[in-house]
Amino acid sequence: MLAVGSVLTILPIVAVVIYILVLGAPAINWEFLTQMPKNGMRDGGILPALVGTVYLTLGTALFSVPLGVGAAIYLSEYSSDNALTRVIRLAIVNLAGIPSVVYGLFGLGLFVVFLNFSTSILSASLTLSIMTLPVMITTTEEALRAVPQSFRVVAISLGATRWQAIRRVVLPQALPGIMTGIILGLERAAGETAPILFTGAAFFLPRLPHSPMDATMALPYHLFVISTQVPGMPIRVQYGTVLVLLSFVMGMNIIATVIRSRARARRVW
Amino acid sequence: METRRPLEFFITWFIRLTGYSSILFVVLILVFLVSEGLPALTEISVGELLSTRWYPIEAYYGILPLVLGSLVVTIGAMLIAVPFGIGTAVYLSEVARPVVREILKPLVEILAGLPSVMLGFLGIQLISPFLREFLLLPTGLTAFAGSLLLGGIAIPTIVSIAEDALNNVPQSYRQGALALGATRWQTIWGVTFPAARSGIITAVMLGLGRSIGETMTVMMVTGNAPVMPTSLKVLFMPIRTMTATIASEMGEVATGSEHYHVLFFIGIVLFLLTLIVNITASMVSRQKRTHRERVLS
Repeated sequence: MLAVGSVLTILPIVAVVIYILVLGAPAINWEFLTQMPKNGMRDGGILPALVGTVYLTLGTALFSVPLGVGAAIYLSEYSSDNALTRVIRLAIVNLAGIPSVVYGLFGLGLFVVFLNFSTSILSASLTLSIMTLPVMITTTEEALRAVPQSFRVVAISLGATRWQAIRRVVLPQALPGIMTGIILGLERAAGETAPILFTGAAFFLPRLPHSPMDATMALPYHLFVISTQVPGMPIRVQYGTVLVLLSFVMGMNIIATVIRSRARARRVW
Repeated sequence: METRRPLEFFITWFIRLTGYSSILFVVLILVFLVSEGLPALTEISVGELLSTRWYPIEAYYGILPLVLGSLVVTIGAMLIAVPFGIGTAVYLSEVARPVVREILKPLVEILAGLPSVMLGFLGIQLISPFLREFLLLPTGLTAFAGSLLLGGIAIPTIVSIAEDALNNVPQSYRQGALALGATRWQTIWGVTFPAARSGIITAVMLGLGRSIGETMTVMMVTGNAPVMPTSLKVLFMPIRTMTATIASEMGEVATGSEHYHVLFFIGIVLFLLTLIVNITASMVSRQKRTHRERVLS
């Protein structure tokens, strides 16, 4: 019975992915990926949404990687088990639990209105960065902690300072795990809609953004728009967009999985 | 020693500051929600906020239908996600052969990684027409459609944390039970499951937290009608959740208006709800190790 339940839980996922592949594939061609939307988004391509999502993902990486990796190094290598550390961990758990739309409100209040960054790639990237932090910190810390303590002891006994031990020994060993965590965090950011709704996503923008202060189209928001806001949207274009979004997100997932399994196979300790 | 190297001194402080940043962000989020949301209480009376009519165009700001809408969808989702999620976790951890497990676990991870807007799209295309035809409803965009999809969103969270809790039960417990003549099912039900109880409760709480906070999927499939749920029939009628209200209305309000403040006030309610769920979850789980799963799920 358990097996049946599990299959019932998991079979729909496989079915859905195949279904999207079958219905989305006919829409995918070079024009669809490289042209501007035309005719009220019903024709042409999805280039600005695709480029926008790439920009947002890179922007998120720009802020969240140094912050997240730094915080993980602090928690794994510097902090001791005291009250402050427990408060930090509580804060991380709470950040992880805050609904994405509340991040959107926060980004609107802080970045768009208070700091006057307007609805822009910058505001949206900053909002997504903070939302991504818990995943980044936790996966990176786990990768760092997996490096055996003896590596640090040996490095420091050879005269290395703490930072030298981290920089030359711990970080290189933990790098594949850290990369996996970063990519999984960015994957989540790339697929999110609610945090960018009021901080940087544009309904329709028939050109590519010129600067970080421009608003931008983005794949997930574009999918929301064409599936609920535009009447008479050809079904082919909708499934094509779903397939591109799915490929983007799954592609990142697969890269992360490959890095992880190759590192595991090569690990000597 | 570290102070003699300026670069190292700088880097150490940078790392310290990033370490503290999570606290700063939680505080900032709280400050901005409160500063933009609390004015709602002075502009509109508490009684009006807790009334049963949400119609902002005519300045009716009763958030009760939205709160109950979130509640109905979330309860429905948990009724689906808890049995299927825990069942799958027990199957993966206790019953499945390693080969099967290696195939099924990545699939659960895929489900966890699907963007919520994509599930919303599938809800509109597949689930809602099916419900309309099958249950003879005027529209398939109902609370029930939302519950079905939210269940799917909560399942990977529940599976991964509950499976971990079960895996953490020492093998000797199972061996002891089996040696005493218990069947496999008796072992699972009588020994393994109770031993993993706190982790499983954590799993359910965090699945609950995800369901309450989910936005795009419910906005797309629940029909967006802020009506007051009065009977069980509401499950098959369009409703509107708190998250969907913020997402669909914030884009059109003027910064600093009454409506703007009320939407932030709903944000405070959501923040507090998920905070309570998360704190309960962390109090239930005695093991420190669950920290990781809690964040990553």
